[in-house]
Amino acid sequence: MYDIIGYFEVETLSEATVLLALNPKLTIIAGGTDVLIKLHGGQLKEAELLSLRKIKALEGIRKSEDGSIVIGPMATFGQIFNDPMIQATIPILAEAAISMGGPQIRNIATIGGNICNGVTSADSASSLFVLNARLRLQSELGERVVPIHEFYLGPGKVALKPGEILTEIMISPEDYQGFGGHYIKFAMRKAMDIATLAVAVVCKLQEGTFDEVRIGLGVAGPTPLRCFDAEAYAKGKTVSAETIADIGKLAVNSSKARTSWRASKDYREHLVEELTQRALKIAIVKAGGGELV
Amino acid sequence: MFKRIACTINGKARSFEVDVRESLLEVLRHRLGLTGAKKGCGVGECGACSVLIDGSPFDSCIYLAVWADGKQITTIEGVASKNGELSEVQEAFVGEGAVQCGFCTPALVLTTTALTESGKDYTRDEIKRELSGHLCRCTGYQNILKAAEKSLEGHICTCVDSPHFNQPSEGNIEERLNERQDDPDSV
Amino acid sequence: MAYSVVGKSVRRVDAAAKVTGKAQYTDDFAVKDMLVGKILHSPYAHALITSIDVSKAKELPGVEAVLTYNDLPRIKYTTSLPGVIEDVIDDEEFAARIKYGTAGHPYSLDPGHRDKEDRHILTNKARYVGDAIAAVVATDERIAEEALKLIDVKYEVLEALTSTDAALKEGAPLIHEESVRNILASGGFAIGDIDEAFKESDYVFEGAYETSIVQHCHMENHTSYAYLDADRRIVIVTSTQIPHIVRRIVAQALGISWGKVRVIKPYIGGGFGNKQDVCIEPLNAAMTLAVGGRPVKLELSREECMIDTRTRHAFKFKIKTGLNQDGKINGIHISAIANTGAYASHGHAIASSAGGKFRALYPTKAIKYDPITVYTNLPVAGAMRGYGTPQIFFAFESHLEDIAKRFKMDPIELRRKNLVEVGYVDPISKHEVMSCGIRECIDIGKHLIKWDEKKASYKEQSGDLRRGVGMACFSYASGTFPAALELAGVRLVLNQDGSVQLQLGATEIGQGSDTVFAQMVAEVLGLTMDMVHVISSQDTDISPFDSGAYASRQTYVSGMAVEKAAIEVKEKILGFAMSMTDIPAYLLDLADQSIVYKHSRARVLALEDVAMQSYYDRVLAKPITSDVSNNARINAMPFGVTFAEVEVDIKTGKIEVLEIYNVHDSGKIINPQLAEGQVHGGVSMGIGYALSEQLLFDDITGQPLNNNLLDYKLPTIMDTPDIGAAFVETNDPTGPFGVKSLGEPPTITPAPAIRNAVLDATGVAFHRLPMNPQRVFEGFKKAGLI
Repeated sequence: MYDIIGYFEVETLSEATVLLALNPKLTIIAGGTDVLIKLHGGQLKEAELLSLRKIKALEGIRKSEDGSIVIGPMATFGQIFNDPMIQATIPILAEAAISMGGPQIRNIATIGGNICNGVTSADSASSLFVLNARLRLQSELGERVVPIHEFYLGPGKVALKPGEILTEIMISPEDYQGFGGHYIKFAMRKAMDIATLAVAVVCKLQEGTFDEVRIGLGVAGPTPLRCFDAEAYAKGKTVSAETIADIGKLAVNSSKARTSWRASKDYREHLVEELTQRALKIAIVKAGGGELV
Repeated sequence: MFKRIACTINGKARSFEVDVRESLLEVLRHRLGLTGAKKGCGVGECGACSVLIDGSPFDSCIYLAVWADGKQITTIEGVASKNGELSEVQEAFVGEGAVQCGFCTPALVLTTTALTESGKDYTRDEIKRELSGHLCRCTGYQNILKAAEKSLEGHICTCVDSPHFNQPSEGNIEERLNERQDDPDSV
Repeated sequence: MAYSVVGKSVRRVDAAAKVTGKAQYTDDFAVKDMLVGKILHSPYAHALITSIDVSKAKELPGVEAVLTYNDLPRIKYTTSLPGVIEDVIDDEEFAARIKYGTAGHPYSLDPGHRDKEDRHILTNKARYVGDAIAAVVATDERIAEEALKLIDVKYEVLEALTSTDAALKEGAPLIHEESVRNILASGGFAIGDIDEAFKESDYVFEGAYETSIVQHCHMENHTSYAYLDADRRIVIVTSTQIPHIVRRIVAQALGISWGKVRVIKPYIGGGFGNKQDVCIEPLNAAMTLAVGGRPVKLELSREECMIDTRTRHAFKFKIKTGLNQDGKINGIHISAIANTGAYASHGHAIASSAGGKFRALYPTKAIKYDPITVYTNLPVAGAMRGYGTPQIFFAFESHLEDIAKRFKMDPIELRRKNLVEVGYVDPISKHEVMSCGIRECIDIGKHLIKWDEKKASYKEQSGDLRRGVGMACFSYASGTFPAALELAGVRLVLNQDGSVQLQLGATEIGQGSDTVFAQMVAEVLGLTMDMVHVISSQDTDISPFDSGAYASRQTYVSGMAVEKAAIEVKEKILGFAMSMTDIPAYLLDLADQSIVYKHSRARVLALEDVAMQSYYDRVLAKPITSDVSNNARINAMPFGVTFAEVEVDIKTGKIEVLEIYNVHDSGKIINPQLAEGQVHGGVSMGIGYALSEQLLFDDITGQPLNNNLLDYKLPTIMDTPDIGAAFVETNDPTGPFGVKSLGEPPTITPAPAIRNAVLDATGVAFHRLPMNPQRVFEGFKKAGLI
């Protein structure tokens, strides 16, 4: 039995924000794959839970009229992987989704929970970072939109203010149209694992040069991060093995890897350099470029 | 704190009170006596507690019992036919030698059942991916995979355009071992 | 010899129960008003307990009992006879609590040959993070957990010795006062003059190899429940491989007569050696005694199970080998340090056994083995599939490969030159090798993996992905004789319809022993499998005496008893048939549920008719049964080889096993499908041992870092390649139907075969397990590949 002392379940967002305003101690539970495990491990105690599981408005994946992709935070990783629109428009998120846990976990773990849990190893994070995802947050007082790379503040810390709930994950057409991308989750196992390092890369090409490159890393620092130095360097450069090698080296500049029992700083930095190049090479092909050896 | 829920378990409509602190696994095992779902880790890492909820596998240890309200739940006790005959999936697990200690078996039978009922085709790698949420320490998964393939006979996709298609190396291990037995010169 | 049931892949006798969820494991038995027991574990790796205050915990509503060291039974004077106990002498001088050993070995009447008794049910000194300090019994799990938090323990923290180096260093604190330098035991063996052998050698080669701590990870955690029955006897239902040994050790730990304890073993969710140890049952018994005999359940969580049961010993080896130019080995000197953690458990037996089982594979003029087993402040190491051999064969088979590479010898030829042959008599155990198919195993493995072809094509590689092939050989034993007693008991009853009940003390733990025993009975009695009913559960009140599932002993040792019981029943049936027909028994045989003429196979009587007469004949009635015990004062060595092909990603350090084959000489194979299943599982465990599995601890504090199934990297189905199993069926004259052991051997050599394949692919020799990406990266960096 879990250490739960209160349980609230509501069917509308407004009920949820009201309850949250009244009782800021409530812990939001979506799929439960983080919250229940923290309760099991004792990192979370005497929880008063507010379940979002019955709020229909937080579900679903759609494309809005302007071409923006809007993902409900209660969308599960299984739904994201299997969604034909996601696969067609932002396959890099589908790749991330299928890399997560195993089928049973993907059937219940939600993307909203994954984001709000605030960990650097979040399987959705690197892809959402390079897609410049924006997060709609709502509280009783109103709503605001925060870019995802401003949302992660530190290990387990996100920019949710007391009373706020993540209601939408949005990706604008200019952030995905014309891009090719690739995601690499480097882990000890091919399933049921957390990343030793995660790399997501998207790029857009123009006549043999990089029009734009975006690189997102997971587990290369206390939060997921972008490699802005490497991205700036890439802009306008000729697509070549040399450029890619330089981009790989520069990506290491942005990483803030440290040594833990899982992997050393040295090794993680080496992986950043190597896997950024590997991901970029595949992204180039997907963006319509040629294969580089 | 208790909440009344209504759900269908193995085809039978039920309504009862659950403690909000309880997992579905605890309710199934301790209150309903459906002990075929096993507890191996309590945190969704091993898959031994998996049951089908609305036809898909879930780890019942990290599924609060209150969430079962309105759901269709199938446990291993609901898989064999009423007269006790084994289902085709169960038959395949027995026939292919996929059972050893048996602790992970009920959940694997359920996930495989969900695959057969999905009506989809799967490549070998996709089958492995669909079974990857179940840990087994006895079998090396070899005969479990064979049992799943047997269960999905006619629904194994080897199309090259599948995203998970792997070019087979020259003959798989099974063929290699058979070839040796057929070869009169072999030792 | 042609058999009708033996040698066939008949279905497991327990398969239907297991696929339907009807097979009941310990936690599946609901007992009314069962209380819940929980353990307070030490947060410190090494600390004295200066005080414990349980008063607050006891006051919590729902708490039925709180136990600490002080509540344990005191040491009592006993007579020399086990189980006969005199009154307690309540004297300060004798106030120490009972210490006991936990290893699942048969008892020895020789006090010098017993397992080390270094453990209390609850300790008064913490020796590892997880050591049991106190226990609570409460009405539910949440209350029990709350109560644990209310126990106030004051510790005096001592230096944590988290490695054998730290434990052995001069002036290190003692983990157990009586063990000087923290050495539990030392001593191996020596055959011949090792110095002379090295002098005579053309080459002398030295190497150092190291393995890590891993864990069994059976899917069912340790779980039991206990209560007092109406006669005030302690009944324990538990997930164990060794019910009769559990009975004895619980009684010893509590200082009561052995007959006062009854142990029941239902289906169990795997053991792999971790349930060849008595981990939770004594505490569970103490818990029920503390609440007047009400039923108490003690179920470990996965996190507890991974640190507070047993692990596999980490070993450090130094090996020196002398050989001639032609590749013939003259002498081997192996020194080893085994890390047994905080308590002895199986103690030095693991290190000893490793050397003993290794010794006969490559007989040499001289071999010297110097192991020591050292206490550290880490979880307790005990038995795990292979019992020391995965460690020693990793070291030696890696070492041989390094020799082959260094002196440019063909690694297979080098091994062939030195392999044992039939007729070899081990100078220490006096065992004679009576069957040996290792050479044929190698031939088959070479063929299966296409060794020559691949060796040639992988010669000059330079890319980021490189492939290689490797192999490694092993030898093992069938049971523990002569180190320990090998007793097995079987009872067989002929029913009215001609079917039989087979009752054993040997335990089914998933390996399929019930099925192969049933096959043996069916073979001897001419029955079909559906006429043999195996009673799968063991109950020490009812089941014949057998020490249980370990040491790959059961098919060989318990199989002897099964065959003996079946032959006895057969003789009785034929004798009874003679009394009914006046046909001499020696002219009769059993086949197809009938009594037949031996010479013509013509049917004389239906077995059912004989059975009915045996129950109901007004004059002759005497139901046919047998109840036998067999003391196997013999052993047989199985052999085998692993061949592996790997692909190494040079830039990331990731190793992928592409193909892996295990070829075994385990004598006659009773059930090929079950045998293959044993090989698949053992190889999978070996792949994890090679590449990913390691239980990690903080160097300074001894805190476990990954005692859960997410962070401990047990392979998933996606990480497991196709595993090939093949058998060379020798016929060992000592085993029933010609069998030798198979249970543990598949785990022994995947790791060195993979390691040697990595060496072939990259030229980099790894000396430490596991070869996980971090370590491989470091190795490649050092070698200049990155």
